[in-house]
Amino acid sequence: MVDDAGTTADRTADDTAGNGTVPSGRVLLSIESVSKRFGDLVALSEVDLDVHEGEVVVVLGASGSGKSTLCRCVNRLETVDSGRIVFDGRDLPQEGAALAALRADVGMVFQSFNLFAHKTVLENVVLGPTRVRKVPRAEAVEEARALLDRVGVRDKESRYPAELSGGQQQRVAIARALAMHPKLMLFDEPTSALDPEMIREVLDVMVGLARDGMTMVAVTHEMGFARRAADRVVFMDHGRIVETGEPDAFFTAPRTERARDFLSTILRH
Amino acid sequence: MHEVVHHLGYLAAGLGTTLELSLLGFAGAFVLGTLLTVMRVCPIVPLRVVGTLYVEVFRNVPLLAFLVLFVFGLPDAGITCSLFTSEAVCLALYFATYVCEAVRAGINAVPVGQAEAARAIGMTFGQSLGTVILPQAFRTMVQPLANVFIGVVLSSSLGAAVGVSELIGRTQWLDLQYDEPVPTFLLAAAGYVLVTLAVALLAGRVQKRMAVRR
Ligand SMILES: Nc1ncnc2c1ncn2[C@@H]1O[C@H](COP(=O)(O)OP(=O)(O)OP(=O)(O)O)[C@@H](O)[C@H]1O
Ligand SMILES: [Mg+2]
Repeated sequence: MVDDAGTTADRTADDTAGNGTVPSGRVLLSIESVSKRFGDLVALSEVDLDVHEGEVVVVLGASGSGKSTLCRCVNRLETVDSGRIVFDGRDLPQEGAALAALRADVGMVFQSFNLFAHKTVLENVVLGPTRVRKVPRAEAVEEARALLDRVGVRDKESRYPAELSGGQQQRVAIARALAMHPKLMLFDEPTSALDPEMIREVLDVMVGLARDGMTMVAVTHEMGFARRAADRVVFMDHGRIVETGEPDAFFTAPRTERARDFLSTILRH
Repeated sequence: MHEVVHHLGYLAAGLGTTLELSLLGFAGAFVLGTLLTVMRVCPIVPLRVVGTLYVEVFRNVPLLAFLVLFVFGLPDAGITCSLFTSEAVCLALYFATYVCEAVRAGINAVPVGQAEAARAIGMTFGQSLGTVILPQAFRTMVQPLANVFIGVVLSSSLGAAVGVSELIGRTQWLDLQYDEPVPTFLLAAAGYVLVTLAVALLAGRVQKRMAVRR
């Protein structure tokens, strides 16, 4: 409870002052006292979080603290039990075409890439725009190639996902999400299934995105990324947000005991 | 023996009818079975219930009983069609449940992340099923579907019991004419083995070709 009060105070401070990196844009995503349980297990408990246009928020926390669940609630891969989520000025649609349209506006990158296994790299990127946005194929192909270029896998366009390294697959997955021109990108531990040498190539793409002004919510324990690209760090514990702050302040001087414990465990590895 | 050999053409025509029945029956079963699966996995509850009920009912009645009811019951209800058509429809309705089980197993073999990725880029239920899930599911289903087809071929012989002149029907007729059960039924059996072997071979080929690109 005491922590909650602290969090709210922080957020106001961030919104108004900050170190100049916090954008003053309007609120794009607003999560208001969202709770979610799986049976008896409380995965999210009264979570509040506002994300502004152009802002990059990094979510941290121990395994099982609810980071993935939070991301998945934002594009309604998981439904919430209570509270509300407002995206781009509208409550999340319940189902049907409106929900599909919302998801088209929210890009998601998964830990396990989830590229369409039966489609080539190019087709993976083209599928969404042509099927969902009804973009003419030639136009979609042209843009897909530009995106593959941007993430550095243009030369693999006619390969199948299984023929690519993990890092390459994840970059294609980012291109696939970007092809939809999302207003918000969600990353759920995009590098934790990757070998160390591939982590960097994915993080570089993400940093580039952040620099270009993409609004992002990224679950990642990559402190380098958080320091380079994040405007704000959110620390979760047992389904609650227990601390938020600027990356440097958070990593050098976390205010809560839980965050200190957590940081000492990830620093040791 | 000699007499029977003279009637090879007659038997071959029976095999032809068997094949036609099987192909039509299987095609119908494939379409209906896929539709049933879509109903059973879709988010609309009444459709799910209907799909499940259908499968439960048809799987728990012997095909022969169903065939007899169908062939003799329909005219009573004022619907008349040829014996051939009746049996083809019957096979389709009946084997749809087997196709349904095969497709469901195929869908379950597709990692759940594939469906989530499809939904996450804004695909509707139908789009994700049609462009992402089913195409991948069918790859794992070649062998199970081939087994269903073989089931249809063998079960089409039940048509003999209601007077369809397919391979077994004709075999019985020859047997009655010449009282040569062993050679006639051996010939018929050879016909079925030929077809099922061909199907198994073809399925193996198709499976291999699908495995290459992925
Ligand atoms: N589909 C589900 N069914 C039941 N329990 C679930 C489900 N998804 C998540 N949980 C539980 O909810 C809690 C929060 O899970 P979540 O995946 O959000 O944690 P996380 O912070 O992402 O963890 P990790 O770092 O391991 O990915 C966990 O205890 C998890 O076991
Ligand atoms: Mg997680």
